[in-house]
Amino acid sequence: MLFNNKKRNEAVDILADRIVAGFSPAQDRPKGTDWIPKRATEPIRIEEASEALIAPSETIKDQLASMFKNNKVALVSAIVIVVFIIGTLFAPLFAPCDPYVQDLGNRLAAPSIHHLLGTDNYGRDILSRMMYGGRVSLLVGIVPTCIYMAIGTILGLIAGYCGGIVDSIIMRVADVFMAFPSMLLAILISYTLGAGMLTIFCALSFVSWGGTARVVRSEVLSLKEKEYVEAANSIGVKTWVILLKHILPNCVPTLIVLFTMNVPGNILTESGLSFLGIGAQPPSTSWGLLVFQMKKYLSKSPIATLAPGIAILILVVAFNFLGDALRDKLDPQLKD
Amino acid sequence: MSDKKTIFQIRGLKTQFFTKKGIVPAVDGIDITVKQGEAVGLVGESGSGKSMTAMSVMQLLQKPGKVVDGEILLDGENLLDKSMKEIDEIRGNRISMIFQEPMTSLNPVYTIGKQVSEAILTHENVSKEEAKERAIDIFRKVGIPEPEKRYGAYPHQLSGGLRQRVMIGMAMVCNPELIIADEPTTALDVTIEAQILYLMNQLQKEKNTAIVMITHNLGVVAQSCDYVYVMYAGKIMEEASVKALFKNPQHPYTFGLMNSIPKMTETKEHLFTIRGMVPNLLHLPKGCRFCTRCDKAMKICTEYQPELYETEEGHKVRCFLYDKEVMESGK
Amino acid sequence: MAKYIIKRILVSIPLIIVTILIVFLLLQVVPGNPIAVMMGEKANPEVIAKVTEEMGLNDPLPKRFFDYLVNLVHGDLGSSYKLNRPIAGLIADAFPNTLKLAITSAIVAWIIGIPAGIVSAIKKDTLLDRFLMGFSLVGISLPVFWAAMLLQYIFGYSLGILPISGYATAKHMILPAFVLGWASSGTIARLTRSSLLGIMKNDYIRTARAKGIGETLVVVKHGLKNAMIPVVTMMAMQFASLLSGAVLTETVFGIGGIGVLMVSAINARDMPLLQGSVIFSTMIIILGNMVADLLYSVLDPKIKEQ
Repeated sequence: MLFNNKKRNEAVDILADRIVAGFSPAQDRPKGTDWIPKRATEPIRIEEASEALIAPSETIKDQLASMFKNNKVALVSAIVIVVFIIGTLFAPLFAPCDPYVQDLGNRLAAPSIHHLLGTDNYGRDILSRMMYGGRVSLLVGIVPTCIYMAIGTILGLIAGYCGGIVDSIIMRVADVFMAFPSMLLAILISYTLGAGMLTIFCALSFVSWGGTARVVRSEVLSLKEKEYVEAANSIGVKTWVILLKHILPNCVPTLIVLFTMNVPGNILTESGLSFLGIGAQPPSTSWGLLVFQMKKYLSKSPIATLAPGIAILILVVAFNFLGDALRDKLDPQLKD
Repeated sequence: MSDKKTIFQIRGLKTQFFTKKGIVPAVDGIDITVKQGEAVGLVGESGSGKSMTAMSVMQLLQKPGKVVDGEILLDGENLLDKSMKEIDEIRGNRISMIFQEPMTSLNPVYTIGKQVSEAILTHENVSKEEAKERAIDIFRKVGIPEPEKRYGAYPHQLSGGLRQRVMIGMAMVCNPELIIADEPTTALDVTIEAQILYLMNQLQKEKNTAIVMITHNLGVVAQSCDYVYVMYAGKIMEEASVKALFKNPQHPYTFGLMNSIPKMTETKEHLFTIRGMVPNLLHLPKGCRFCTRCDKAMKICTEYQPELYETEEGHKVRCFLYDKEVMESGK
Repeated sequence: MAKYIIKRILVSIPLIIVTILIVFLLLQVVPGNPIAVMMGEKANPEVIAKVTEEMGLNDPLPKRFFDYLVNLVHGDLGSSYKLNRPIAGLIADAFPNTLKLAITSAIVAWIIGIPAGIVSAIKKDTLLDRFLMGFSLVGISLPVFWAAMLLQYIFGYSLGILPISGYATAKHMILPAFVLGWASSGTIARLTRSSLLGIMKNDYIRTARAKGIGETLVVVKHGLKNAMIPVVTMMAMQFASLLSGAVLTETVFGIGGIGVLMVSAINARDMPLLQGSVIFSTMIIILGNMVADLLYSVLDPKIKEQ
């Protein structure tokens, strides 16, 4: 058991030398040999222990649990998100009315017991329309994010681990993709594929992987140097196994945080595109489209057009709060 | 030595950290006296409280740390009673500090010349040109080659040893009465370390500046200090002149530290270590702080804390072994 | 230093060409004849064929691309099918409006965002900090078009104090600039805060304090100068993004800028116009990112050396 401070060894050598040979002329030589070397009965290292209390390393589950306990906002956000997801996913179950049924005698009604958010210009229940419309917004928010993050992760892993020319090529391609803001690309693709959900889906799923790839790549670069990777390599573990079993799990916290930060962007882009008429097409609906459709009735029934927008706002804010809390807890480095 | 003027004194300093897990008594009542031109060593392991002492003096404590008791006297004035403005006038001017990590202690976006000039311009009413002249002058003194050219250099263009020289220069440029050096050579190669220590020695003698040398390295103490305080878990365990301490370490902890240095003249199979670990400051042992690791621990050690007993002139120990009453009565 | 700039520019050129190529391909590989699509079903097939030939659309793809590039370098972006005007002219008309909006929004964003971020960092974990950060978070979560509408309603319609569309006077810019500015300021504030907090943990901040220069100067002189480096680059990128056309805001507020140009091109199936305006936008973004990179290297002395 040696000291873990190499420099101390050398200085000590000098001191020891001096002890044997005498100190510098200005000081006296120590007299006597009172320093009887003792043999410790149990050789324990002198640790340069900064804290005697060694904190047990927490699993991700523990970290999440403690985060939710301490951060009420994050908890509320998570609940909000879950409520929204359930509400829209199971819209047929929960929606009070059929969103397509028209009631021309009851147009643009104010909120009432029957219609909690009132009715639109065809007498359709707004709340139900929003619940159905939310499916689109959430779907387009979440699924393309999963897709492009998967693409980005795979490419980032490859680029980071292989390095060299593979790395350069992948990063150049990423640069090209990152030059296109998703809105612009969606506009372009909609010319080719026509307006509609397919367009947005394609535009949002295959473009934004660049950012994720960059982040994963830098994580891989730093993890690559760790000893357990070298060890695994030296005993002949295959590359993809190393990537999968050793490196990927360490990227998970960062990926979780990135996910919660990317979904809001997608939701906003989709609603913007639908608002412009390039996204969801009637008769299907999304929150963005709802805002656009009800825009002209702003003065008569403001809630018709405000409600979907507020829904977007609440959902996006919830994701952002949750993302912030997760980032603070799981990956402080990402803060900058 | 005892006819020199005392310029700096710490009396009964207590610094505590108010954490969620409890109150951590990082510095628990220490007394240090520094005379003019004297080099005082503060020795201890990590976590002993020595750096926190320096931070307390310079008022650089970060939350949740706070000085809760004691006095810090510079020329008789209590620094703890002063306003931040007054402290700012003293920092860098009458008391300077040299930090451990030269690689990160300088601002990367300003030239080293500007950073040193800044110290001068803050405290003295001189022109920019004059400040520049003085900065170049101090660069020369601390051994930076081509000082005029280096004035406009950025920190990243310099090696660790050079950067530490800049730090030393910056600390000395206003001719302070006291310099606190917190492990100034720990991050440096041992050959550079020797040079830096020599330099500090020279400058100190030339300007008659007092210095408090904080270190965990007994070799550094041997080379550069006149008087030594040994700290453990927030308390002073032993204090003596350097010669007396090396000749005759009295506290079992000091004894252990000395023994931990391997001797060139002997062959051993096991290196000596002090058994056990530095205690968690939240869960200190009831009696003497060192009792859990002490070979000479007695029953009384686990129940009461010893005081500092003066065994010979200028040599004090905090250990019941030297408490005449206890040893004689055999309690 | 100049070498670095030139190098950066040279490296960007392939990027630019590839992006133009992608836009080109996406628009030109549409099945069917764009002229026919634009002119509608009732148009005379002979006319369609003649126009197609004139527009050079029967030429092979590589030749079309090359011709387009050559024209591009000369500043000729072709003519709009529908409007029968040179696209470059259309863009030149539209761009100043986008520029006005971009400048005003950017100023709003920076004037609100940067101080908010600084104050938040200094007063970390106080009520003020939480409030400012909450405000910023809402800003970045806003559906811009919806907020625009809302403000139009409140200030233009109900209260009648601000004009709700058009771009003639400065007063017209107030609402749109505020909407866009709020969204952008959120990002800037958060970045400034986290950057400053990170910088203040550094050892050299402690050294600066130990020199006795006073806490204000420590933050302003030593902290900010380091902390603002990433913020400034973000500001450059944001400005580029604003310049490339805030499609939604322009639409809601009826500001005839690049964004509106693009949307009208789509609705009219006017391929050359769409192509030209999208390429213009993308170029601005690439340029902006390059400027941001260069700024970073200028501000950070470590990189400046290279």
